[in-house]
Amino acid sequence: MKTFMTLASVAAMAAGGAFASDTLQAEIDKPEQWVIQTGDYKNQRYSKLDQINRDTVGDLQVAWTFSTGVLRGHEGSPLVVGDTMFVHTPFPNTVYALDLADDGRIKWRYEPKQDPDVIGVMCCDTVYRGVAYADGKVFLHQADTTVVALDAETGEVAWSAVNGDPSKGETNTATVLPVKDKIIVGISGGEFGVQGHVTAYAIETGEQLWRAYSVGPDDQIMVDPEKTTELGKPIGPDSSINSWEGDQWKIGGGTTWGWFSADLEENLFYYGTGNPSTWNPAQRPGDNKWSMTIFARDIDTGVAKWVYQMTPHDEWDYDGVNEMILSEQEIDGETRKLLTHMDRNGIGYTMDRVTGELLVAEKYDPVVNWTTGVDMDPESETYGRPAVVAEYSTEQNGEDVNSTGICPSALGTKDQQPGAYSPRTETFYVPTNHVCMDYEPFRVAYTAGQPYVGATLSMYPAPDSHGGMGNFIAWDNINGEIKWSIPEQFSVWSGALATAGDVVFYGTLEGYLKAVDAETGDELYRFKTPSGIIGNVMTYEREGKQYIGILSGVGGWAGIGLAAGLTNPNDGLGAVGGYAALSDYTALGGQLTVFALPD
Amino acid sequence: MKFTASLLAAGLAAAGMAGQATAQDVDNLSVAYEEGGRYYTEDDVPTYNIGEDGTVDWLTYSGFRRYHSECHVCHGPEGEGSSYAPALKTSAIDMDYYDFLDVVTNGRKVVNAASHNVMPAFGDNPNVMCYIDDIYVYLKARGADVLPRGRPGQREDKSDDIRAAEEACLGL
Repeated sequence: MKTFMTLASVAAMAAGGAFASDTLQAEIDKPEQWVIQTGDYKNQRYSKLDQINRDTVGDLQVAWTFSTGVLRGHEGSPLVVGDTMFVHTPFPNTVYALDLADDGRIKWRYEPKQDPDVIGVMCCDTVYRGVAYADGKVFLHQADTTVVALDAETGEVAWSAVNGDPSKGETNTATVLPVKDKIIVGISGGEFGVQGHVTAYAIETGEQLWRAYSVGPDDQIMVDPEKTTELGKPIGPDSSINSWEGDQWKIGGGTTWGWFSADLEENLFYYGTGNPSTWNPAQRPGDNKWSMTIFARDIDTGVAKWVYQMTPHDEWDYDGVNEMILSEQEIDGETRKLLTHMDRNGIGYTMDRVTGELLVAEKYDPVVNWTTGVDMDPESETYGRPAVVAEYSTEQNGEDVNSTGICPSALGTKDQQPGAYSPRTETFYVPTNHVCMDYEPFRVAYTAGQPYVGATLSMYPAPDSHGGMGNFIAWDNINGEIKWSIPEQFSVWSGALATAGDVVFYGTLEGYLKAVDAETGDELYRFKTPSGIIGNVMTYEREGKQYIGILSGVGGWAGIGLAAGLTNPNDGLGAVGGYAALSDYTALGGQLTVFALPD
Repeated sequence: MKFTASLLAAGLAAAGMAGQATAQDVDNLSVAYEEGGRYYTEDDVPTYNIGEDGTVDWLTYSGFRRYHSECHVCHGPEGEGSSYAPALKTSAIDMDYYDFLDVVTNGRKVVNAASHNVMPAFGDNPNVMCYIDDIYVYLKARGADVLPRGRPGQREDKSDDIRAAEEACLGL
């Protein structure tokens, strides 16, 4: 029997077939469930459920609520697998299993013991973007970087692994990617000089399988100098360390706190890397590869197939970590496998996800001004690079100079809050920021475990616009155009959901859950939840009824930056305080609100 | 000196600010003397110096920059506080200078069922500790409501003494 089992597992491995991902894909394919944070491997955040549709959504009502017991920024969303809903919290990262067949009774809860010192090294709130389900287990990645596999039925710990060292500023806020026989995880700490990486653990045992850094020597960043390409050309040897001065790469950032998507046919997973550290560009001459980069890596080996650095030598903190949404769409009569990425730098990229070819790169907010655009000429020496406008270059203006009027701000035109894609409308629905900034870099010293920032920022709503700090937009990724745009008073910091009912949902920082028409953007429904929303909308079905779930709980970067309201120093002293303060609209909270149509 | 203090107190009361400043017997705000471009109270505590035309002393200006590099990501812009951490412009007024230094140096934890507040220890961070007086006087000026939000406009130049102390502290 032992022999047989060993043989069978070897056979399974050799065939690359009977892995966890096969069963997980089957669970993902059931529209009544929401089993991983991104909805599916493509990160489309699209549901085939259509009971709640553009004709019925106006009748939506609150079905039930649940308090998480934590008053911090609540990012991510609950999961639903079978009869169980899994709800996570920010630090201390409690996980609840709620029995949906028994009126939401708490089946089990898991409360990890973490040293609260980690709170002090989490830049921008103790947010956590949620657990993932696979193979009868729930995967939690704690703030202190402990990865835990919990038995989905009992909440018992199956295994745990430690991914980083909080005393060096290594923390976690991201969800994990369960794929094939692995759990792939990232790391936070770009403001602490962490050398970012992604790491694969065996889904059954928690054994570390490989670790691929974002910056460093070729063996550490797991590239093949001859075969790994950028825009069709091999990257060559020492591509990363050649783009740094001295040993700065060792504290070079490129952290991996965003989302993962995967294409099982191509055996690739996709993610983006964060800012190079420090924020003072003068302290790190060179392109700082491969920070600010889209990576396509082999799921089994971890080796990069292709890379694309969007913002070489970042001067504005435009982390490249936002989600990579995968879609199959027709371009010039040919169906292509695409990757669409709405970057913090204000450019929406459409790429061929198999080859890494750049197809579209256009601004998705007209106020973006740090670049005139991306060079799309393959014959050009600067092919694929953004042309930087000198006036807004914090590098060219130099240390101790305040560069003013840069759009977008360091929040990005969009941060991690994920967009959605509806295959029915072939449209991307994108929550955005409409905020600009002044940025003054200066010299800083590195101390392990201490913030390593090196710039002073002031942020304010985009001038000469609608006065608000956000937009919710519909994006055409083939033509690189905005279809429609809904102005919002505050940044939209909530992940969107698109459904087969042709309704798109998102939350606002004031606390509204909103539903809009997928074609026109017309508002169809709104409800004010107890606290500001920075979570992501999800949906599920039970006993023939469709539900919409959203976490409230203001916080994150938005809660820090916008609580007191923004001011524009360039407006002169008299105008100070002229912008809305989030604290006038909402207070701390931590609640799940679930909606349904009346019986 | 006493005369100036009373005037200031009267000004604060008139501006409806009396409730914000704690009822301290000592005047923790007014300048008693200047030394190498730094300003001090009667009790030798660093303080801001803001001229009638709004010109700020170097430390207040520098504090604006350092605050928005080191503190802003948790405590929000201009000492106003956030959903995550308290308003330091208030702390700089309410707390004794030496207590303020102690919390920045050694950190502080308030962790219980209702609260998970952890201020890290910055004692070995030169980007904070070499500029702690700068950050303190900036926040005190904000808390006393004598410095509006936004980037200070006119400022005094950096004195040779301040430059020398900075270089020594950073080990340059």
